[in-house]
Amino acid sequence: MNKKKLGYKELPAGDLLEAGTALDFETGSWRSDRPIHDEEKCINCLICWAYCPDSAIKVEDGKVKEIDLRYCKGCGICAQVCPPKIKAITMVEENKAEK
Amino acid sequence: MSKNIVAKTGNEAMAEAMRQINPDVVAAYPITPATEVVQLFSQFVADGNVKTDFVTVESEHSAMSATIGASAAGVRAMTVTSSQGLALMNEMLYIAAGLRLPIVMPEVNRALSSPINIHCDHSDTMGARDTGWIQIYSENSQEAYDNVLQTVRICEHAQVKIPGMVTTDGFIISHCMERMEMIADNEVKNFIGEYRPERYLLDIKKPYTLGSLDLQDYFFEHRMQLAQAMCNTGKIILEIGKEFGDKFGRKYGFYEKYHLDDAEIAILVMGSTAGTAKVVVDQLREKGIKAGLLKLRVFRPFPYRELAQELAHLKVLAVMDRADSIDSFGGPLFDEVRSAMYDLKDKPQTVNYIFGLGGREINLEMIEGVYTQMQDIAKTGEIPQRVNYLGVRE
Repeated sequence: MNKKKLGYKELPAGDLLEAGTALDFETGSWRSDRPIHDEEKCINCLICWAYCPDSAIKVEDGKVKEIDLRYCKGCGICAQVCPPKIKAITMVEENKAEK
Repeated sequence: MSKNIVAKTGNEAMAEAMRQINPDVVAAYPITPATEVVQLFSQFVADGNVKTDFVTVESEHSAMSATIGASAAGVRAMTVTSSQGLALMNEMLYIAAGLRLPIVMPEVNRALSSPINIHCDHSDTMGARDTGWIQIYSENSQEAYDNVLQTVRICEHAQVKIPGMVTTDGFIISHCMERMEMIADNEVKNFIGEYRPERYLLDIKKPYTLGSLDLQDYFFEHRMQLAQAMCNTGKIILEIGKEFGDKFGRKYGFYEKYHLDDAEIAILVMGSTAGTAKVVVDQLREKGIKAGLLKLRVFRPFPYRELAQELAHLKVLAVMDRADSIDSFGGPLFDEVRSAMYDLKDKPQTVNYIFGLGGREINLEMIEGVYTQMQDIAKTGEIPQRVNYLGVRE
């Protein structure tokens, strides 16, 4: 983001931002643990999609397509909420994960 | 204009103003002595006299939070409080101002603990003087009613968009019944108009983020906007005060002058004490003493230029504070009025009287005593004591 910073005369009044500015902020750089999604085990219940605080679970045609690592902070909530009998998401230390 | 003369307490007057404003949302927690405003208003809601969504909350912090939420969502939202309630709201007061939400809040002035006290002084709103809210003080029920109606217009004005509180003196005004004139419901409706915010959170066609993290890069600019908005507010207060006067016969400005222009000695005070001081001024004028009074109505924005001009000709000015800064010097009003006069070439001798804390009596004799001391200062040019505590036992 190399936008010019607005002065007080140009800024919208009060603490206002356009919607969707989180797109410009790639929180994936914060991650120390990476979620690994197993497509074969996954039953596509989409519980992980509902719980992900960063909307990083990408769904296409009702199926989990991928986990968007640009935004995934590695919080591990998706692995926690994945049904225990399924365990389709496992957390792996970032430095041990495949690049 | 149809004249409707009624007898109302300050609380009834402010509740009636709220009924006529008919806000979309009122969120409130009842606290003495503002309790009655909330109680009366909840009756209006129960009787179907207003279409307000009335939210009962568990604290004043929540009352202001819910009011902020409603206002940000795009509706006209109000709440009412007093004393400890205002103190508990403090965190949210800054947020309402920072988010530029035009919330109007009647407030009943009374002391803050400790020790526990339920009676009048101005320490509650003085503690909120740097929150970015407009502050308008009322002498009586009539002014409280008129001020609440005008403050809706002031706060919602496109060049203002900041919240405002209208105060009355606890018990002295809030519970005292007086003659006043009410404006007809439809005339109030026409005067305040419909609330149409430019942007609001429930406008799904123009989504935006409100109240986001605003660090070193932008916070200062947003605070500067608030400071500028407060600077713009003065002329809007005068415009609306004049419009109100033209329509309903009672004109309002930043202050009311009482025998001030040819006075040699004068008191500057806010709230109900001004009424008592007017009687003393009349008595002194009969004796040929050139006594005057300036009753300050608008404390935020602080009309420092106008005050300096109005007070410049005096020999002695006594600023009466119904609150103490506990700063080892003077009261908050004294500090600011004195600072406003600093750039004058010839300025009056200025003394401070802190009085009436916790509802302590302030009567004609005490105010006459202040004028007598000012006469002595005018004669001798000597100030025995710059800051005085009036009516405290030694």
